[in-house]
Amino acid sequence: MKTQIPTIDYDSAAHRLPVLGELTELVRYRDLLGLMVINIIKTRYKRSALGVLWTLLNPLLNMAVLTIAFSTLFRFSVKNYPVYILAGLICWNFFVQTTTYAMNSLVWGGGLLKRVYIPRTIFSVASTGNGLANLGLALIPLVVIMLVMGHPLYATWWFLPIAVLLLAMFALGVALFMSTLAVFFTDVVDMYQVLLQAWFFLTPVMYPKDILPAQYVQHLYLNPLYNLLELFRVPIYQGWLPGPNTILAAAASAMVSLLVGWYVFTRKADEFAYRM
Amino acid sequence: MYSHERPMSLLTECEPAQTAVFAPPQSEPVIQLENVSVRYRVPHERIPSFKEYTIRWLRRKIVYDEFWALKDVSLQVRRGEAFGIIGPNGAGKSTLLKVAARVLRPTRGRVRVRGRIAPLLELGAGFDVELTGRENVFLNGAILGYTRSDVAARFDRIVDFAGVRDFIDAPLRTYSTGMVARLGFAVATDVQPDLLIVDEVLAVGDAEFQKKSSERIEGFRANGATILMVSHNLAAVQTMCQRAVWLERGTVQATGPSAEVVKLYQPETRPL
Repeated sequence: MKTQIPTIDYDSAAHRLPVLGELTELVRYRDLLGLMVINIIKTRYKRSALGVLWTLLNPLLNMAVLTIAFSTLFRFSVKNYPVYILAGLICWNFFVQTTTYAMNSLVWGGGLLKRVYIPRTIFSVASTGNGLANLGLALIPLVVIMLVMGHPLYATWWFLPIAVLLLAMFALGVALFMSTLAVFFTDVVDMYQVLLQAWFFLTPVMYPKDILPAQYVQHLYLNPLYNLLELFRVPIYQGWLPGPNTILAAAASAMVSLLVGWYVFTRKADEFAYRM
Repeated sequence: MYSHERPMSLLTECEPAQTAVFAPPQSEPVIQLENVSVRYRVPHERIPSFKEYTIRWLRRKIVYDEFWALKDVSLQVRRGEAFGIIGPNGAGKSTLLKVAARVLRPTRGRVRVRGRIAPLLELGAGFDVELTGRENVFLNGAILGYTRSDVAARFDRIVDFAGVRDFIDAPLRTYSTGMVARLGFAVATDVQPDLLIVDEVLAVGDAEFQKKSSERIEGFRANGATILMVSHNLAAVQTMCQRAVWLERGTVQATGPSAEVVKLYQPETRPL
């Protein structure tokens, strides 16, 4: 049997662009990436009685709480409010989960980087993979709710993969950027939670955008998460495709986020082992 | 200082005195360190908060304690040779291994490493106590860079060597410390590497397993693997290694045949 021990030719002075080199390494360690994604899901619910079911229950319970709290408030303006909020929450939860988990896994699990070489971006990428898996699972309760409420399943669902891809790119970029900061300043993890809270209320996740003051609505497109949210929710809820401006703005923010995040992270990654 | 290479037999009597084990001076270098320096920069006071950091950075008031763990270290380890690193605590021995294992990028200088590498710096890196032994074997294998199918093919041998067959589907948190260490060792050393980086982990598990593990390392050495090892056991360095380096506060004190380097190092450490 021919055994595949990883053969390396490592030269610390070879100034390959770390930006690209990291990508090659990530491909080389793809099996580890897959295992990390699976293990995040496995260990998360290992000791709970309901296990992976929580992934489905979590957004549902969230939705139930918010529906009870807000449906009287928005009853007249939002038809089938549970569908509206659940679609929004799935999107929002993906972003929060991916970025937060990426930061925490690097800050608390990154001690591994002091002990053995693995591609450093793997923490953020695995976290995005985990977020995507959860997002996929969360579509099940969404469809159930839509069927129960008699909300049509529009043909525009075909657009969702594109929306999710852009959302994932944006989230990965933010995850990489925030992880880099978090390695150097642990309190960034807490600061980020506060930021997320504010961001949540500034983004029309649980309320319709028409309740916002007019002068704010026209600047809403400046909020990248609003564009990405629209990209995801409009095909589900309204049944038409988002406007070209929204698509362009979302694609641009996804691209910029990923490039900046990847660049900053890989430029600083060699210092991580010194900081952990 | 010994920079010249002298063929020298350090083999134990039980082995035939042939040249298979000994690397001729001409053999190609597997590890090359050129003027490698590693600096740890520790802020004088811990500044955990971003706000504090910004204020001080604006005032240019961040004071760093600089600590050079390695200073201008140059050495070559050739294919097929066993190379020892000796020196007191804090001399930079472990840092040197980490630089070779690609964990730390040197602040200055250049490192080149070629071949199939098996780092034994930390056994069972990334083990997750919530996962079963089986899952951890695959996880640890992937961390070491093995493919999934490769670990699957070697799985039974790994488990048998570690002697944890009966517990393999139990969570790792139910294992004893010795069992965890054995499993880590078994995964990392299942196949013969070109280059083995060892940080005194030979003493793993109980006496019986220690014997088994040192036999395995010895087998790798006899088969021509390159070994870079740190040890406080000077006798072991003398018998196992052809050459050695003596580090002291990050700088090279001597390089050369291990017997001579050990001899040079010993008078200093021997109590008067």
